[in-house]
Amino acid sequence: MMFLKPYGDTLNDGAIQISFSLPHPLNETSKKVSLELALKMGIANPKITFTQELGEGFSFFIIYGNLSHEIDIDSIKTSKVKEPIIDYWDINRLIEEKFNRKIVIVGATIGSDAHTVGLDAILSAKGYAGDVGLERYPVFQVHNLGSQILPELLLEKIMDKQADVVLVSQVVTQKNIHIHNLTQLVELIEGAGLRDHIITICGGPYLSKELALELGYDGGFGAHSLPSEVASFIARRLLEKSK
Amino acid sequence: MFNSPVDSGILNLPRDSINEARYLGKSIASAVHNKIKDLSTLSIERASLRMLGIRGANQEGTPWVNIFTEKCLSANLIQNGVLMILAQVCKHTSMNPQQAVEMVSENRIHLNDLIEVNGSKEIKKLCDELANKAYQNLSNKKKERLNFINTLSSGTKPYLYVIVATGNIYEDVKQAKSAALLGADIIAVIRTTAQSLLDYIPQGITTEGFGGTAATQENFAVMREALDEVSQKTGRYIRLVNYCSGLAMPEIATLGLIEGLDIMVNDAVYGILFRDINSLRTLTDQEFSRRILSFGDIIIVTGEDNLIKTVDAKEMAHTVTASQIINYYLALKSGLKPGLIGLGHAFEMDPSESDSFLHELAQAWLVRDLFPQSPIKYMPPTRYMTGNIFRGMVLNAAFNLIGVLTNQEILLLGMPTEALHTPFIQDRFLSIENALYFKNAAGNLSNEFTLKESSLMRKRAIEVLNKAVNLLKVINQKGLFNALAEGTFASIKRPENMGRGFAGVFVKGSSYYNPFLSLLPDNATDETEA
Ligand code: B12
Repeated sequence: MMFLKPYGDTLNDGAIQISFSLPHPLNETSKKVSLELALKMGIANPKITFTQELGEGFSFFIIYGNLSHEIDIDSIKTSKVKEPIIDYWDINRLIEEKFNRKIVIVGATIGSDAHTVGLDAILSAKGYAGDVGLERYPVFQVHNLGSQILPELLLEKIMDKQADVVLVSQVVTQKNIHIHNLTQLVELIEGAGLRDHIITICGGPYLSKELALELGYDGGFGAHSLPSEVASFIARRLLEKSK
Repeated sequence: MFNSPVDSGILNLPRDSINEARYLGKSIASAVHNKIKDLSTLSIERASLRMLGIRGANQEGTPWVNIFTEKCLSANLIQNGVLMILAQVCKHTSMNPQQAVEMVSENRIHLNDLIEVNGSKEIKKLCDELANKAYQNLSNKKKERLNFINTLSSGTKPYLYVIVATGNIYEDVKQAKSAALLGADIIAVIRTTAQSLLDYIPQGITTEGFGGTAATQENFAVMREALDEVSQKTGRYIRLVNYCSGLAMPEIATLGLIEGLDIMVNDAVYGILFRDINSLRTLTDQEFSRRILSFGDIIIVTGEDNLIKTVDAKEMAHTVTASQIINYYLALKSGLKPGLIGLGHAFEMDPSESDSFLHELAQAWLVRDLFPQSPIKYMPPTRYMTGNIFRGMVLNAAFNLIGVLTNQEILLLGMPTEALHTPFIQDRFLSIENALYFKNAAGNLSNEFTLKESSLMRKRAIEVLNKAVNLLKVINQKGLFNALAEGTFASIKRPENMGRGFAGVFVKGSSYYNPFLSLLPDNATDETEA
């Protein structure tokens, strides 16, 4: 068994720093509360190293201490190792052989979200971080609808273009607007009876594969995703499906 | 308020290039002006109604000014201008403008029953009376505000500008007051996503927004009152900012004027490129909006930072400069004095490139030297901010240093958590503390500097300026509208007969009359050129 806990300069010292604000003026009470909170988090010997009165009945704290918790590494299960990347040539070849037609991909940022850089990074020929985008793959026919597309309109386009794959981006997450939008889209796709005919993928800096699956998507891609990862995922899914 | 010409030109820019840039800017701006001078828009008409003080909405929340304007449109009367029609209704019914608008909106009066609207002297006279009275009221309000401001200190430059964006105006108030107490001079309430696409102003106090808070007259008033209170408490006047952009641009300008806003973000080109708003519509709206803002002594800040948010900022720096020149001359034409034209730019180059700090510094000096009489709004790093908030603090410090060294007047403070969320209360504290250090410790640094003739920064600035001049030449030759249509900016093509809001543009009829057009200021001059 191997236990892991934070490290400062001595193994197992549990050195940790936290900072937060309290909706209470800076005084003996709020200081005491901040220390009690640290203790409740399992931080032993909490020391307030900095405080600031923020006005309007708020205060800010930086606390250092020693975390008493530790985790048994063997108890940790990670989602299985990353699926290996299928390379550009193989993707084109495999799909060509199997389908003998272009795979239609429709992409959009949905709802009121106007961020397109992430979606373009995956779709546009130029790609991201030196990795070419899906438009560059001869077997993919990409329709990038851009931003602020309402889920209803996206569904229309999916039907219109007879899409095989839909890629949606969500960047704004305040008040869980992304969950709302993504759920709405899945429900629409389901309602139209297309759920089994189309691969659904969502992405964005604050999304994860886990969240995507929970929301009913086939795949999800978070910060720093590469187009080649998305292309491999699509190819693998298509080939699995057509078995 | 903002009128300290900084000692001229540390960069010693070639006079010829500057003169050429200015000549081209003027030429581009007057061509735009010629093209739009016979146009009005539904939003300008609604703004004119709001200038009279018309407010409120029906049960469904549709503003009266929208319903009334639509009625004028469907009765085929809009080309006369809504004020002429309203005056006619008022005259026939002896109602005040608010009542008249509501009665028409609720179909209790039918516009088609009106005797044909013509330019009759009597109606025009009533129109003038209504507008003059409104103008007087607004002037008085403005004076009151000025008197209030004069009882307080105005703070020192650069003014520290922070945003609040909780989505809930009451939460925004707490965050804004805290920021002001900690040293912020300017508070901007960020709008909720997609408000720019609404062809009306939402109604009432709001507590639900995404990435920002709805811009409504009522929310403006809530925040203004809170900031006045904290201004009195600190003895420092705290300025309020909101967005005068999108489809309802002129109406927002009017609300800014009525509710005592100090600064408004205002840039039609941003809406054209990034929101697909029709170019004729929004440039016409912008002209009227800027005239309103200039009447209110409200500073505009332009959105050039956005031009380098999605492309290579170093390579495209000249587009920022070219756009600033165009914006400057468009603004002068709309009556804004140089001291009210807050040109925007940003620290967005890839920090991993060698000499990136020098290139940023060169750009900041270039803006400063090109517009010595204007407040410059400097925007912080956002694109290369990551979840490493500690490194983010370093970038923000570099930004602050450039800000004080080059005498930028409005510093929009970067937040360490830029890549994560709209600011938390403690993020603002950390950023204000960061900026105050530089203001205090390095505020006089610029007096210590001269650049050597062979300076890399000087070379870089001249290169950017010359590239900007070349771009301006292209735009001048094509005209701004064609340039937008052909994708000269950000490679995005926006034809003048497409895009959102185009249906709301109309040609003014021969009997069109709007007294505000002669009451509001236009054609300001630039004394540096006299
Ligand atoms: C550039 C930018 C803008 C530009 C966007 C221009 C454009 N055309 O996209 C402009 C200036 C217009 C903008 C506006 C706003 N923005 Co903004 N913006 C940013 C900024 C600085 C960078 C985002 C970016 O381009 N990243 C680079 C790309 C490549 O990364 P990415 O999006 O993560 O994409 C990668 C992965 O996530 C993934 N991915 C993304 N999408 C998809 C989709 C699929 C299918 C797949 C497979 C993968 C995938 O792959 C990509 C490559 O690896 C961030 C701050 C930051 N540093 O992150 C704020 C930020 C995202 N913006 C934010 C906000 C709130 C706004 C506004 C709402 C503010 C307002 N109220 O006006 C407005 C939004 C208007 C609207 N209607 O949406 C917040 C979001 C907060 C939140 N968590 O909700 C941020 C974090 C800033 C902040 N701290 O407030 N913004």
